[in-house]
Amino acid sequence: MSTHQDFLLSVEALSVSFDGFKAVDDVSLYVEPNEIRVIIGPNGAGKTTVLDLICGKTRATSGSIRFRDKELTRMSENGIVEAGVGRKFQNPSIYDDLTVFENLEISYPRGRSVLGALLFRRDRAVRERIEEIAETIYLADQLAERAEYLSHGQKQWLEIGMLLIQDPELLMLDEPVAGMSVSERRNTAELLNKIIVGRSVLVIEHDMKFVEDIAHRVTVLHQGKVLSEGSMEHVKTDPKVVEVYLGH
Amino acid sequence: MKLRGDNALFRRSELLGLLAFATLILVMLPAALDIFRLNLVGKYLTYAFVTIGLVVCWGYAGILSLGQGIFFGLGGYCMAMFLKLEASSVENTKIQSTPGIPDFMDWNQLTALPWFWKPFENLGVTLAAVVLVPTLFAFIIGAAMFKRRVGGVYFAIITQAVALILTILIVGQQGYTGGINGITDLRTLKGWDIRSDGAKLTLYYIECGLLLAAIVATQLVTRSKLGRILVAMRDKEDRVRFSGYSVSSFKIFAFCFAAALAALGGAMFTLQVGFMSPSFVGIVPSIEMVIYTAVGGRSSILGSVCGALLVNFAKTRLSESFPELWLFGLGALFVVVVLSFPEGLAGVYRSSAPRLARSFVAKLRALWRTPMTRSLDHELAE
Ligand SMILES: Nc1ncnc2c1ncn2[C@@H]1O[C@H](COP(=O)(O)OP(=O)(O)O)[C@@H](O)[C@H]1O
Ligand SMILES: [Mg+2]
Repeated sequence: MSTHQDFLLSVEALSVSFDGFKAVDDVSLYVEPNEIRVIIGPNGAGKTTVLDLICGKTRATSGSIRFRDKELTRMSENGIVEAGVGRKFQNPSIYDDLTVFENLEISYPRGRSVLGALLFRRDRAVRERIEEIAETIYLADQLAERAEYLSHGQKQWLEIGMLLIQDPELLMLDEPVAGMSVSERRNTAELLNKIIVGRSVLVIEHDMKFVEDIAHRVTVLHQGKVLSEGSMEHVKTDPKVVEVYLGH
Repeated sequence: MKLRGDNALFRRSELLGLLAFATLILVMLPAALDIFRLNLVGKYLTYAFVTIGLVVCWGYAGILSLGQGIFFGLGGYCMAMFLKLEASSVENTKIQSTPGIPDFMDWNQLTALPWFWKPFENLGVTLAAVVLVPTLFAFIIGAAMFKRRVGGVYFAIITQAVALILTILIVGQQGYTGGINGITDLRTLKGWDIRSDGAKLTLYYIECGLLLAAIVATQLVTRSKLGRILVAMRDKEDRVRFSGYSVSSFKIFAFCFAAALAALGGAMFTLQVGFMSPSFVGIVPSIEMVIYTAVGGRSSILGSVCGALLVNFAKTRLSESFPELWLFGLGALFVVVVLSFPEGLAGVYRSSAPRLARSFVAKLRALWRTPMTRSLDHELAE
């Protein structure tokens, strides 16, 4: 690619194999600043694995992942976060034993070293930011509650809030509305529309209505490979996609 | 140091607990016990340093170390080496074939002080080594394990293995370590006879001061964001990692912190009991230390201290009368606590204390109010 600098994220020829099984096979993917990209594909297509590779949870067998001018395949997980990549997991991943406030506080991007954490003060700026985020994720009244007692949907929002407070340039969300009620889905779509301003987002989602609402471009993965890519309209009418994914 | 609000170091109940504990060890026990028994309490309290460290390492961070004896022992040995050198002056050892070196070295045909004993001729170096040597050792183990993402049961087993290896090393290298008997016959610290009753009392108070300082330091750690990160890590390690923290650094910190405290306990043990031996380093003592913590409550600093005191008290009592039953009893106690009271005595106390405290305070108020209000009423009437 000659226009390397135009992309926030350039994934090139990325592959990973688990004991000979290629879960991600020669995937290339380019995400522009402020773009919302949705990845769809049948179960086991390798969608989650692509996010794992980008955030450093899984190490690539070959290929490169450039984020701005940094090569992520060689960086530590916390280095990747520091560079501006945030990741939401498929199952809500929050700290049950801590309050909503404390969950958000841990994600506040200050005092991330051992010494920094020891000396961290819960000052006004921190409080105000946490209250602001809690408002956005519909949890303003639950700040003092233990996260364990939140509903499934609220837990998903809390994790989104934890990412939001990090203020990442690239936000990766793995099935953010899976398992949500209809009204929770609507709130989540609204929430996502609010938070995508000023950053790129990479979303994995199955809910087609939801995808149509938010996606700028869609990438279809199938058996670890990119099957099709383009606008939702384009992808929907692509015969290859119709055959393996939307057709049944 | 603010005492109320979100940033407070101690919650009110914790502060009351700490004051009660300080009164107990500083005033009540010294008043009630003779010096022999007080010295025994002092010995039990050396384990409280270990259990406080385990609260951070195991209770908060979820890292089960079955090797705290390593650090307790290393701290104790560092102290013992200094005291042994002082007790082995040329004067005191002139009947040896090489005067001026510890007796066990002479018995093992050593003719000069080994290089690693030399620094322990200096008290300042020794005091630094008491904390630094075990902490550095913990750092090496921690870095090797946590950076490779070794955790849980595997980590616990590795700490056991290290404890065993260290014991074997100490026992095997008799000429350098004093072997199975340990380092014994310790007498003076800079000329001050540590075996005298007066010294024992002073050492007891020094230990109490150090213990209270350790409690405050640990409270600082657990009440900081670091403490909450440790809890978060125990729960969802990956979430913490992908929130931008180096999980291994935090684990290494927790493990080193626990090691440093255990080492302090070990050094105080040597000073008060007058010797140090491999029997405090190995697998069994290490597991016992975890049991004290479990019994007292692994997420409560004061609870774990009480665990160390109570189990040791029971041990002294029971192992005198039924020595062969003690270990079985201890094992059974551990199983019962882990299965039925995962938060130990502190958990039991927490769930029943508020009710008790409220009725107590209400009674006090009633007692206090009645005469006061009555006399006030009188005055108003007149
Ligand atoms: N760590 C791993 N070890 C072995 N196989 C894995 C691992 N992670 C994912 N896989 C396999 O890779 C394939 C893709 O998984 P995943 O990325 O989770 O799919 P998706 O998110 O698209 O449903 C699956 O067949 C899965 O079993
Ligand atoms: Mg998935």
